[in-house]
Amino acid sequence: MSTTAKTADKRMDATAAGEQYLTFQLAGEEYGVDILRVQEIKGWERATRIPHAPHYVLGVINLRGAIVPIIELRKRFALESSDFGPTTVVIVVKVMGERGERTVGMVVDAVCEVYNVAADDLKAPPEVGSSVDTTFVKGLATVESKMIILLDIDRLINASVLDGLDAAAA
Amino acid sequence: MSLDLEMEEIFKIFFEESFEGLDLMESSLLNLDVNADRETINSIFRAAHSIKGGAATFGFMEVSNFTHGVETLLDEMRNGTRPVTPDAIQLLLQCVDGLREMIKAVQAKTPIDTQRIATLSDEVAQLLARHPGRPAAPAVQAAAPAVVTSAVVVPPLAPAADSAPAFLEGGPGWVIQFQPHPDMLRTNNEPLRMFAELERLGRLRVTADVGAVPPLEELEVDACHLKWRLELAGAVEKHAIEEVFDWVDANCSISYEYCAGQGAAPVGATPPAAEPAAVAAEAEPAAVATPAAAAAGAAPVAAAGHKGPADAGSIRVSTTKVDHLINLVGELVITQSMLSRFADGCSADELDKLREGLTQLTRNTRELQESVMQIRMLPISFAFNRFPRLVHDLSRKLGKKVELKLSGEGTELDKTVLEKISDPLVHLVRNALDHGLEKPEVRLAAGKSETGVIELAAFHEGGNIIIEVKDDGGGLNKARILSRARERGLVGADAELSEEQIHNLIFAAGFSTAETVSDVSGRGVGMDVVRRNINDLGGHVQIQSVEGHGSTIRIRLPLTLAILDGQLVRVGSETYVISLVAIVETIQAQRDRINTVPGGAQLFRLREEYIPIIRLYDLYGIEPDSRAIEDGLLVVVEAEGRRYGVLVDDLLAQQQVVIKSLDTNFRQVRGLAGATILGDGTVALIVDVTGLVHVFNESFAAGETLAA
Repeated sequence: MSTTAKTADKRMDATAAGEQYLTFQLAGEEYGVDILRVQEIKGWERATRIPHAPHYVLGVINLRGAIVPIIELRKRFALESSDFGPTTVVIVVKVMGERGERTVGMVVDAVCEVYNVAADDLKAPPEVGSSVDTTFVKGLATVESKMIILLDIDRLINASVLDGLDAAAA
Repeated sequence: MSLDLEMEEIFKIFFEESFEGLDLMESSLLNLDVNADRETINSIFRAAHSIKGGAATFGFMEVSNFTHGVETLLDEMRNGTRPVTPDAIQLLLQCVDGLREMIKAVQAKTPIDTQRIATLSDEVAQLLARHPGRPAAPAVQAAAPAVVTSAVVVPPLAPAADSAPAFLEGGPGWVIQFQPHPDMLRTNNEPLRMFAELERLGRLRVTADVGAVPPLEELEVDACHLKWRLELAGAVEKHAIEEVFDWVDANCSISYEYCAGQGAAPVGATPPAAEPAAVAAEAEPAAVATPAAAAAGAAPVAAAGHKGPADAGSIRVSTTKVDHLINLVGELVITQSMLSRFADGCSADELDKLREGLTQLTRNTRELQESVMQIRMLPISFAFNRFPRLVHDLSRKLGKKVELKLSGEGTELDKTVLEKISDPLVHLVRNALDHGLEKPEVRLAAGKSETGVIELAAFHEGGNIIIEVKDDGGGLNKARILSRARERGLVGADAELSEEQIHNLIFAAGFSTAETVSDVSGRGVGMDVVRRNINDLGGHVQIQSVEGHGSTIRIRLPLTLAILDGQLVRVGSETYVISLVAIVETIQAQRDRINTVPGGAQLFRLREEYIPIIRLYDLYGIEPDSRAIEDGLLVVVEAEGRRYGVLVDDLLAQQQVVIKSLDTNFRQVRGLAGATILGDGTVALIVDVTGLVHVFNESFAAGETLAA
């Protein structure tokens, strides 16, 4: 649909092995999401607050006529919140859930790179005790001697948007 | 494939027309009760005839055979050989119901309720038999020569169809439906010879259907009343079979269906993905029975089995509306070309022209929007039309005399609203009949005319549509409602209620004052559902009732669900939209008219009424300009018959907003009806007043209950 996804498609053909990830910065760490899920990247704009939403849901914005919720990933990961700067962007992703496809925006510090990650380079997330939730971490990958945390968008957003809200409403 | 799709389209039209025809039959039959004029009977007959013809053409033989009996009955009435009796009308009405069910079943490709149809056609046959003295055959022949001559309804072919694959043993083969016209034998054509010819081509099984053979005394010896189902095993060329029937082509209805054999199911019977195999077998009889009239090869057969999307939902739009739209688009194009001149810049003296162009564009856009909305608008008669029948049936059952008056049937409203309002209306009319109107003797004793009147009216008022259900019955019995409510603990034993509050009690869940539960009403599940449905549509219900003189229930509904007349309000930095329908008034709050009750709730004295104050910023957790009540404005809203004051910082514009769902990408939020996009591109949330009131009441639920 978007140009990003289209170019990604082409490159996928070229590199048949492995998947491509768009990486972004969040409090010094680099995270990656499946690039085929990224619909577009846009600058931060003020969102309309939704009452009784979990604290990490900043609100909703108008994305060409569609009402799209915005999630602040720092808050979602219980990281310290920081002011939005010039590099702050919203990554608009498509999330597959029980109710079909939904479009959600994630606020991140900055976008970085697009990497190819071969399936072999993907390592399972370490067990860090039961107190740390790692269900939405798909795995870890080392690219150019950096560690990238690859996220499972479907789990991340579903768990957060829906359950979070239920918890808040209860 | 495109042929399949075309057939699918044609089927759709057939179904739509049949349902329209049935509606017409129903309403005309009800008219017959009053005046049995020839024209009315004629119109019923014509409707039945087109349904029969259409069904036969498309191979829905059960429908066509059943309609045939009905048609014969109507024909006799039309010719004056049979009197129009209430019993006959009642039977015909039941037949209309049966037909409707049957066509629905065909449409949904579900099995037809053969039991019920058989019973009905038996009754028709009995009625027909009771009035001999005129042969059934000739009249029918004249009406529809393509259909078997008999009033007896042919049993459905389902069992035979089921056994088809067994006979063919999974190999390829043909299933041929051969239905000679009654006069075929007179042309010296002998079916037996043809069958012998067929047998040379491959293994053959012949099943004769004798269902159409009339009783002995009516039998004409040289008329052919049989029809056959032939199963021919082997990969035979179609034209070889056609050759056999070549000579009788004009004297029979014939259809061929090719069964490709194991693996590939019979052409056309392929069910859509995830359909259980059983359904394929059910769908087959309809597919198999395709007569020659429509059979251009096996194409219709394939089409019958091909299922389109279950119900895409379609609207019939009048040509005037479409023409109007085309005109508007034409104007828009002109405006566009006028404005495009300024694409390369605009000198100062042309500025006026530019402004003019923009004004025109605004007008075009608005008109276009209105016209597009108009497309979804249907006259409310679609909902009203079923009431004459309902009232007719119910009044019989309850032994009451009722006159139903309809007005404003032409009033248009959105299709979605129309669909959702039908059931609540049925409830209200049933209630009016059952609880509202008294029995004739009671009415006479009360000095009223024996016949009760129920009025259904629809009209526009502002941006809303009003539907009124009025009866001149006994009205609401306030004392009884109050005592019943106290019994159920809905109202405190010593609470004083206004007349309006008492009336509104009937909307409480589980409330019924009927002494006995009938199958008409009295279970008390009705009115709360009615109110909830109407609230869901963004409307509200009001009751006016005078004891002894009847009640009026007034429903106010928005014209459409897609657009809402909203009042924009500001709280802190957020903008919210409140539906204008819910707003009663807006007032400046004065501190000396505010009382705080234990539990923290604040009440505002509005004239002689005390209304709770809802502070939006508390419920929504936002920072307002000021927490002092006198700095804000109180928007008085009405929800579920009670008034509340919503405290906001400021009133902004009133405008129409397009409702967008929050659910699409996020989820529903209690107290919000959705969101909208304002002129500057930002999102504003739409307040769902009823939901908001619930959230508000719950926030106090833990502590003190709100004094009424």
